Amino acid sequence: MYPLASFAAGLVFGLGLIVSGMADPSKVLGFLDLAGKWDPSLAFVMIGAIGVSVVAFRLAGKRAAPVLGGPFHLPTATQFDRRLVLGSLVFGVGWGLAGFCPAPAIVVYGAGYFKAVVFVAAMVAGMGIYEIAERLRG
Amino acid sequence: MDWEHFTPWASLAGGVAIGIAASMLVLLNGRIAGASGIIGGLLRPVRGDIAWRVMFIAGLFVAPTFYQLVKQAPVPTIDATHAVVALAGLLVGVGTRYGSGCTSGHGVCGLARLSPRSLVATLAFMIAGFATVFVVRHLIR
Repeated sequence: MYPLASFAAGLVFGLGLIVSGMADPSKVLGFLDLAGKWDPSLAFVMIGAIGVSVVAFRLAGKRAAPVLGGPFHLPTATQFDRRLVLGSLVFGVGWGLAGFCPAPAIVVYGAGYFKAVVFVAAMVAGMGIYEIAERLRG
Repeated sequence: MDWEHFTPWASLAGGVAIGIAASMLVLLNGRIAGASGIIGGLLRPVRGDIAWRVMFIAGLFVAPTFYQLVKQAPVPTIDATHAVVALAGLLVGVGTRYGSGCTSGHGVCGLARLSPRSLVATLAFMIAGFATVFVVRHLIR
């Protein structure tokens, strides 16, 4: 059940990305182009997504364990460090260059678009570089 | 304002679906629906921590196929060249791992958890995204 629920969540997430327009890089860039013909649609995606999940996270906070068992795996870090800010800035530059962030890139890959395959391959390579750098650091 | 492409209702509905998906994953599995963390975790495999990640990614991957069963899927427009797409992917991969999250993990789940760290991260990647598009579309061209 545990992996099946995860599959269902991924599927609904992906459908949401398609319906919302997030799975279209030109739509994402239209949102990021404040100085051009700005398309504020993606702000509505955030409103919808956060509006629903804020309730779920409150419910989760009241439960001892998830419905399917096992502990909750929620982030515990609280400090603002350079990694958080610099990493997010680097991510934002990449996001603004192509209009892809990780989840929509997987969806567009699944739809069979070659540029999304290129993006995902490079993204996984980037994540691999991070892993290697972390291991070298000790 | 780009009224021609403005889709408040579809975007809100899609956002609600994303929120439902994030709710399912935290309430059923106790996990954060953060795409970069889910993918990145596979590069540091831990026994018993692999299947749910692969299945979430598989769900994302087959979403267009399921969508297509009901309705013609919209065609994405990817204007960036292959080289720029590759560079963007590399930056997104490195950046999301150092920053511990992406649009889904920080932007949706983190903000919904009222995490100050996620607010900082979201502001950082939004500002960088706005600035990058400004440079690419209005300064370089």
